[in-house]
Amino acid sequence: MKQFKKILIANRGEISIRIIRACRDLGIKTVAVYSDIEKESLHRKLADEAVCIGPANVMQSYLNIPAILSAAEITDSDAIHPGYGFLSENYHFAEACVTSGLTFIGPTPENIRLGGDKAKARQIMKRKGVPVVPGSDGPIVSEEMALKAAKKVGFPIVLKASAGGGGHGMKIVKEEKDIEQAFYMAQREALTAFGNSELYVEKYIPNVRHIEVQIMSDNKGNVVHLGDRDCSIQRRHQKLLEESPSPVLSTEKFRKRIGELGVKAARAIKYKNVGTVEFIVDAEGNIYFMEINTRIQVEHPVTETVTGIDIIKEQIKLAAGLPLELKQNQIKPAGHAIECRINAEDPERFIPSPGKITFLAVPGGPGVRLDAAIYCGYVVPTHYDSLIAKLIVHGKDRTEAIARMRRALDEFIIDGVKTTIPFHKKVLNNPDFLKGEFNTDFVEKLNSIEH
Amino acid sequence: MMEIEDLKELIELLRDTDITDLQLEKNGTKIRIRRERLLSSIEVPTQKASGVSEKISVETEKEAQRLITVTSPIVGTFYRAPSPEAEPFVEVNSVVKKGQVLCIIEAMKLMNEIESEVDGAVVKILVENGQPVEYGEPLFLIEPM
Repeated sequence: MKQFKKILIANRGEISIRIIRACRDLGIKTVAVYSDIEKESLHRKLADEAVCIGPANVMQSYLNIPAILSAAEITDSDAIHPGYGFLSENYHFAEACVTSGLTFIGPTPENIRLGGDKAKARQIMKRKGVPVVPGSDGPIVSEEMALKAAKKVGFPIVLKASAGGGGHGMKIVKEEKDIEQAFYMAQREALTAFGNSELYVEKYIPNVRHIEVQIMSDNKGNVVHLGDRDCSIQRRHQKLLEESPSPVLSTEKFRKRIGELGVKAARAIKYKNVGTVEFIVDAEGNIYFMEINTRIQVEHPVTETVTGIDIIKEQIKLAAGLPLELKQNQIKPAGHAIECRINAEDPERFIPSPGKITFLAVPGGPGVRLDAAIYCGYVVPTHYDSLIAKLIVHGKDRTEAIARMRRALDEFIIDGVKTTIPFHKKVLNNPDFLKGEFNTDFVEKLNSIEH
Repeated sequence: MMEIEDLKELIELLRDTDITDLQLEKNGTKIRIRRERLLSSIEVPTQKASGVSEKISVETEKEAQRLITVTSPIVGTFYRAPSPEAEPFVEVNSVVKKGQVLCIIEAMKLMNEIESEVDGAVVKILVENGQPVEYGEPLFLIEPM
């Protein structure tokens, strides 16, 4: 196995700090890259070395492949960790790393390409026996094809972008007469957001929960899963609160089944490294494959908390060619974990709230973990994602985890910018949330009660 | 009291150092010498009133403000010459035309020529040959002409 000496982290914010921490624990040097407005950022200060790669605009810095590869070259880095977002699911970048003699810490370029092609991934999963939402078999490129596929599965249906994600290029169509307009709008949205107008049709399933399975695979074809995460608390497809295990998968049998489906999906595409298989679960408990995320995810700490496994460390070791050390029966999740994403946003309207943090007091005590990139005096820039901190708690069961999260949120004081802390406090006092009875429309309902 | 000759000597002494600001006080006479990178014009305003200090000021701030800093537009490796055997593109005091190549930044095996944006003279080269540079790193100081 080749041991990495120095890893360049092609990201910013809390995830770059998370990766620096894993590298420190492994004794590997780190290189941070930053844009010229981020000289005062924590990731720049905490890394062993740092290279300014361009101006604030992400196209010229954090998405600038030549600048990042040059930074790796001048610092003699031997691997690149892409984090999440930015270039993490860009297979051209993964390929360019390999061509430049660098190890891309993530799956193969082919895995990434397939992960980004939702229509193709659906086809493969169906063939390999992973259940998918009933829908079209391949890409939909005309209104006639859309109508034919819609009639086959029955209205209501959802039109989705093949290259999609985050709700862009997605339209729910209730009846036949609406399909024409929806088709052209979805196509245009898909083209603008992803540069690819290809769509696919899925039956619309109401009252679903979003449950995903963390997987890890080595180069020898060994695959394990690290249990499930419930990410149903989301707003416009942006996750806000995640927990592990899902409160809805109450039976051991059901939990085992979704984990096994995750492994099956990973095997179906010969997945390498760390990834996540996303499923939706309907009111009757049917599980359907949605997509495979070919990167480390924001919410990975809830899984780390219940399993005791440092997923980033494992990710680095797998990328270096080490075999999986753990067998499935050695992975025993314990207790319950919850993560709240603390965004610099107005908690009522979810509008970004950049600016200077004038006071900061962070929570602590038993069962509390904070992954953050902020300090008192730090200026939250307007150019990037509004996620500034992730608050994670662990309890022996869900009740204790909820109590600890409430306590930690009360201790967490951030002045100068608005944050989603008040929103999370509301969620943690909501009767449906406490009972574990909620779907992906939870946030919408919560807001409509108030307004 | 300090003689004019002493002042001249002091200025001469400073010329070869990196000192940019020097203040002296002796027998109630205060002397301050300031300079920027260029010693081009020297003005010695003397004011003699009852016990008031004599002042000497090296008028170069305006010059300093006029200096143009050439920064690196990309991340890469800085080279002063087109090849290891070749002569450097420019030296200190070289007179350059707008559009003239000052150096090369190698990134991704590609040689990117960095050109002067103005007609002028190279006042200082801020980076050693073969050194890595980041985006926005100052490379040259040019005095426009």
